[in-house]
Parts: sequence; C-alpha cells; structure tokens
Amino acid sequence: MAYSDKVVDHYENPRNVGTLDKSSESVGTGLVGAPECGDVMRLQIRVNPETHVIEDAKFKTFGCGSAIASSSLATEWVKGKTIAEALTITNTDIVKELALPPVKIHCSVLAEDAIRAAIGDWKKKNHVTEEVGVAVAAAH
Amino acid sequence: MSIDSNISQNGAGSDMSNTGVVISHSATPLPEGVHLPLYMDNHATTPMDPRVLEAMMPYFTGKFGNAASRNHQFGWEAESAVETARTQIAKLIGATAKELIFTSGATESNNLALKGIAEMYRERGNHIITQVTEHKAVLDTCKKLEKQGFRVTYLPVQADGLIDLDDLRRAIVTEGPEKTILVSIMFANNEIGVIQPIAEIGKICHEKGVIFHTDAVQAVGKIPVDVQAMNIDVLSLTAHKIYGPKGVGALYVRRRNPRVQITEQINGGGHERGMRSGTLNVPGIVGLGAACEICMNEMEAEGKRELELRNYLKAKLEAAIDYVHVNGNMEHHLPGNLNMSFVYVEGESLLMGINDIAVSSGSACTSATLEPSYVLKALGLGDDVAHSSIRFGLGRFNTKAEVDYVADKLIDVVLKLRELSPLYEMVKEGIDLTKIEWAAH
Repeated sequence: MAYSDKVVDHYENPRNVGTLDKSSESVGTGLVGAPECGDVMRLQIRVNPETHVIEDAKFKTFGCGSAIASSSLATEWVKGKTIAEALTITNTDIVKELALPPVKIHCSVLAEDAIRAAIGDWKKKNHVTEEVGVAVAAAH
Repeated sequence: MSIDSNISQNGAGSDMSNTGVVISHSATPLPEGVHLPLYMDNHATTPMDPRVLEAMMPYFTGKFGNAASRNHQFGWEAESAVETARTQIAKLIGATAKELIFTSGATESNNLALKGIAEMYRERGNHIITQVTEHKAVLDTCKKLEKQGFRVTYLPVQADGLIDLDDLRRAIVTEGPEKTILVSIMFANNEIGVIQPIAEIGKICHEKGVIFHTDAVQAVGKIPVDVQAMNIDVLSLTAHKIYGPKGVGALYVRRRNPRVQITEQINGGGHERGMRSGTLNVPGIVGLGAACEICMNEMEAEGKRELELRNYLKAKLEAAIDYVHVNGNMEHHLPGNLNMSFVYVEGESLLMGINDIAVSSGSACTSATLEPSYVLKALGLGDDVAHSSIRFGLGRFNTKAEVDYVADKLIDVVLKLRELSPLYEMVKEGIDLTKIEWAAH
C-alpha cells in the first residue's frame, strides 16, 4: 500500500513525541484505542489555566504509519489553540490533510477521540464545564 | 535503487520543530553485496534460479511442441522433456514418475486432491479432517465441501503450532456413514515454519485405512520428503517456492499400497491419465523438474547454510531488543523461517520503517476486518502480539551481509518505534496492560 507524502513525513519525523506529567493540574491525558485492535494513542495537552490555550501537546502511538501520522498531526493542530477551538477539529479534517485511504479512516477517528479524551481529562481535573470553555473561546 | 535516501530528503525538508525522534536516518553507504530493495520473503515466492531458466528457454521457441502430439518429432521432443521432469520430481519425494499429475500450482493441486478424493470416496464416508493453520487453499476448499454436505473437523494446534496426535486419533471415525475418508495436514507452515509430525500422521492414517494428503509446498526441496517412508498418499507441490517458475505445480497420487483414485475436476482431452485435462505447460514443467533436481543436489548444504543464517539473525535480534517473542516450535522448523513478534510495536509501522526490505507482517491492519494472522491467533497469541509479528523468509540467494543489514535496520526501527509506543512506556513503568480497561473500537 502506498502512503501519502504527508503520512510518510509524519512517520519519518513525528512531531511532539513525548510525555507530560499526567499528575499535573494543567495537563490533560487521553488514552484511546486497544492493543488487540493494533492501535493505542496517548495524547497529552498542557493548558494555560487563565486563557485555556493549549501551550504544549505530546503524543505516543502504537499503531500503523497512518495512526502515527494522525496523532502527530493532532498535536501540531491543537498547539496554540484554545480548548474550544481544539474541539472543532474533526476526523475528516485529518483524513483530508493526510489523504488517508478508506481503510485508514479509523486512525483519524482515533486521533479525534484522543483530542477529546485529553480535553475531557483536563476539564474533569479543573472542574471546567462545557459552557465556560465555549465562553472563553468566544472571547478570543 | 535508493528509496531510503529519497525519503530522508523529504523528511529533512519538512518542519523539524520537535523532539528529535527520526525514524529513518539518512542513507549511509550500503555494505558490500547488499542491494536494495532486499528480498527476504521466500515463503511467498522465490526468484527463479538462473539454471532453471536456462533449462526452460529452449521449450519456449525451438522445442515448442505439444506433449500430446503423438505423430511428429515436435510432440515427441516435448513429451520426452515432460517425462524427464516427472522423473526429477519423483526422485525428490521418493515417488515414481507415473504417480505425478501436473497442475497450474499448489492451489489447484490442493483443490484437485480434496475435491477429487471427496467425490471419489463419498460412498465410503463423508468425514474429512484437517487443521486450523492450513493455507487458505485447503481451508476454503474444505468450506466448499462442507456446503456440499461433507463434515470437516478442523484440529486445533498447540501453542508451538504442532497438532496433538491424540486429537487426530480421536477425530478419525472408522465406522458408519460418518466414516473418515481423508486427512489433510500441511507438511510445513508458510507463516511460522513449523513442521508437523508427518511420518506419524501417515502411520496413523494407514493403520486406520484413511487417505492422507499433505500440502508440502513449503517443505519439498527444503527438507527431506519421502512419500514411502512417511506413508503419504497424496501430496501437493509447486515450482515457484523452489526457485522455479510460477504457474506450474504437481500432485502426487499414490498408485499402490493403497492405490488412491481421484475424480477429475477439469475435463477435456484426458491428459494426465484423465485426472487433469489441458495441454501441458511444457516449459514450466521442465522448470519444475530442473528446480527439483537442483534442490535434490543442494538441499543438505543449503539447509545447513540457511539454518546458520536464521539462528544468527534470531540471536542478533534477541540480543539487541527486549520483549521479543519467537513464534512456533523451533525444533521442528524450516531452516529458512523465522517468525518473531516485537511486542509493543505494530507490524505495519515496522514494515514502513524498513520499506527497502521485503518481509511479511502478521498484522493485517489494511484488511477490512483488521484481524491479525489466523495462524498466529491459533497459537493462542494475543492480537496485540500477533499485530507485532514479522516473518523472515531466508532463501538460496540471501547472504550473511544481507542478514546483517536486515538485523541492523530492524533493530534501529524497533527501538525508535518503541520510543513512540505508549505501551512500551507503560510496561517499563511497571503497569500491567491487561489490567487497563481499553475502549474497543
């Protein structure tokens, strides 16, 4: 199977690989997928408590090249965005950007899930409700 | 050809604003004798030996006759070449020339064996025994026979890939309408290289009066095969796994003690004593014969050489990488096969990192079902371990320099993908992955 140049690029030079301190108040961690399905993504964000801007993002992924590329791209995209803005990223954006074939769409779904899970974890830790997140976004 | 350097250049031109994890490093000069792309997938197919091609060449042009033309020299010449090939093949497996039927390859041989025996012996009974790690050419044929009313038992394999002979003994039915007419067990497995106890199976079958067929595609020419000593009644083989051409194979059908009969599946002209009609593929058959003769002469030395290379590859990988899992019984094993799982690294991403090397993965992330190899799953491996597996198929033309190149490259990529693997990090931190509630998707 031929991979798109963008998938190959993210695979060869994955962006933002690493680990943030998951016990930190400002860090949200999303762990999605399952080893037996052949994909596990962990996406972490560090969020500014005042502005709700995602100041840093890191990932680690067990999965095929498309799964690695999808999560690498997700970290690039969420960085610098507010929580509310990051929630507007959808799997179809990822499919388009990486030119994923139909059999790899589940990789993009998983990346979207990972973003949402990381944000959900941060919100839970910081007792942030959906409305607050939207309000902050509107202020930008 | 330099796939690697192209990719590295792409990578260097891109945004490098990150962590310094770079999976493919820039191309260093290749070791002497290593050419890319590098082929190490000899269970899928083999390159043709130049000696085989040389033997075939005259039969495409000058000696083009139809082996069934009985009244001129062109026909006699072709027929004589076919009979020479029949003898060469027979010698390699301990058969007689008259016991071989030429086919288009092992898939046809397996179809002819199973369907032909089922049809011929239907009145004797309707039970067939096979096992779960067979090639699809056998499994899918059995599925078809089930639809036609046959009962098929699929024996399980043990964790090392071998069947339990007591399971086989228990499964054989000797009385009544459900009487077992056929046992079909492959000689050596195409994924994990495990060699079944063929002589014991043959003995059990003959004691119970059941016909024994074996798909010996991966074994013939690689390890000793003797249809007499092993009590094999019917055997499938093909040319392209033994450095011969694609599109030609044979089926051995025993003629005495006991005489086995097969109902033909292709009609039209009565070639091959009526068991397989169709003009013979003379150049292909000459190639199959030549390939068998070379194997006959070189098998012992070549087997030793491949075994040494295989063990060297295995030791080198095991020394450099933790959490590796060797799949299949290593004692009863094809010399050129190595199937290893690099746990916590997904197979397809691993293949992507070594894309100038041809090997196979047990992961089938690209398939619609996302199911990993059914062979590895039959060993009881978890899906995650099956997803992490690589099959190396060493062959006649692989060298030590190539093995070193493959091992070095693979070690490099595995270690880098492990840096990317959340599972590896968690295991290193002492987290038990089985205790985590994973979300299925």
